[in-house]
Amino acid sequence: MPGGWAEEELVMISALEHYSYCPRQCALIHVEHVYDENLYTLRGTRAHTRAHDENESGSEEGVRIERGMPLFSERLGLIGKSDIVEFGPDETPFPIEYKVGPRKENHHDDLQLCAQALCLEEMFGGGVPAGAVFHHSSRRRREVVFTEGLRRETEEAVGRVREMILASEVPPPVADARCPKCSLFDACMPFTLAQMDVKAGLARLFDPER
Amino acid sequence: MKPLLNTLYVQAQGSYLRLDHETLKLEVERKLVGQVPLQHIGGMVVFGNVMVSPFLMHRFGDDGRSLVWMSQAGRFKCRLSGPVTGNVLLRKAQYTAQSEPTAAFHIARNIVAGKVKNSRTVVQRAAREAEDAADRVALEEASTFLAASLRAAGRARSLDEVRGVEGRAGRVYFEVFGRMVRMNRDAFVFNGRNRRPPRDRVNALLSFVYALVRGDCVAACEGVGLDPQFGYLHALRSGRPSLALDLMEELRPVIADRLVLSLINRQQLSGRDFEPRPGGSVNLTEPGRKTVLAAYQSRKQKETTHPVIGQSVPLGLVPHLQARLLARHLRGDSAAYLPFTPK
Ligand code: SF4
Repeated sequence: MPGGWAEEELVMISALEHYSYCPRQCALIHVEHVYDENLYTLRGTRAHTRAHDENESGSEEGVRIERGMPLFSERLGLIGKSDIVEFGPDETPFPIEYKVGPRKENHHDDLQLCAQALCLEEMFGGGVPAGAVFHHSSRRRREVVFTEGLRRETEEAVGRVREMILASEVPPPVADARCPKCSLFDACMPFTLAQMDVKAGLARLFDPER
Repeated sequence: MKPLLNTLYVQAQGSYLRLDHETLKLEVERKLVGQVPLQHIGGMVVFGNVMVSPFLMHRFGDDGRSLVWMSQAGRFKCRLSGPVTGNVLLRKAQYTAQSEPTAAFHIARNIVAGKVKNSRTVVQRAAREAEDAADRVALEEASTFLAASLRAAGRARSLDEVRGVEGRAGRVYFEVFGRMVRMNRDAFVFNGRNRRPPRDRVNALLSFVYALVRGDCVAACEGVGLDPQFGYLHALRSGRPSLALDLMEELRPVIADRLVLSLINRQQLSGRDFEPRPGGSVNLTEPGRKTVLAAYQSRKQKETTHPVIGQSVPLGLVPHLQARLLARHLRGDSAAYLPFTPK
């Protein structure tokens, strides 16, 4: 564990993706520890288990591959685990994030990948200019360049996630197009809560004729 | 062995359940008689002498699936409990609500109102269907009384008052319960509720069905990370699933009582489905239990419109939904807990 941070102040890299998808989703997972396994997440976990399997690390065509490497940043109080990091001939780390299931908005992946890069830069003391997202279903790699803007955004997100977790805050549901695709839909009840008219419900409850 | 809304009920005596890769297999005398992919099972209830392999238990524990053992007669015996997980903040909110007088009181009050309202719906329906004038009059009177109870629940200002309203409403309800039995009245005489042990057929039936609903309510609480033992309406007592019992109150009339009445009135059960025990108690026979379980399962599949959600849901999911609504209320996502009161 990086020094200087209390255990509860550390932010998990995966929380950034959750946060950028939906702040409530992030809070349900990282504050409330709600985690509904549905088929989608189960499949995701299995593919990830493979990607994380350290025994499969090795070398291919002059590129060294590390799987499931623990990542951390003292400066940002960030921890996590990589899916894959490739080290080219010049030893520059190149993080690759595995994605299973339907493709989501790319930007959430970028944030998570950038957080990995910030950790790798600190751990290996050199620049990490780019990484990639690998889509399991299409077997395609999409390269992501870590621009100044993306770096700034990632660091800000880390701060906001930390605040939310420390305050045990759970924001209200977004109740929009993101929800039907969200694995926490059942636990969250976004539309129910958004549409629930408590006053009317109570009035009806105590009225024998309604 | 019958999967329903992913709860599996097993009551074949002497059978053996084991895990084969990702499939659950049921054997009787070493012969395979049924199998279900584990993926389709959320929980399991086994009755009496049903053996479960250790590896199957381990898997259920690991996955947080529920596994409940009942006596052959359907009395709750024990339950598998995996590692304590869940939402510690939710539990804290659940406990804190107890010490905030208004929070606990409002939850209890709304639950009682839900129960009274639902009881009244059952009584009103029976009054419409009554063939005998005296029955109809008595049922209508009870319905009037329950309407007054409902308003009284709305005016109640303390937990004691709420419990008082519930006690009186319950007494009136069970006073007319026998009048809702239309068929086979000689066999199904009902003179008030008795338990431990049930001393007539209607009470035996009520007890058995309540045990099933109660098991579902415990599982529903656990499923959303609530402590089933820590309730608001029911006083805390060690070993008593007070919150599950709270949750059950509003569901008794809708899920259990209506089922009991229709089993009798549609003559799906007869006097022969029960056996007297020495000393004056009454039990369901094994074929009788089979009939009840099948009816319970198909009742759980019946779709109903949930007034709060405004959406059609299978009755069997209602305990889980209500547990969620309660959890969300305790975590501050909604201003009140609204019970399930179908029209
Ligand atoms: S269901 Fe919607 S509001 Fe709830 S966590 Fe998922 S995306 Fe966010």
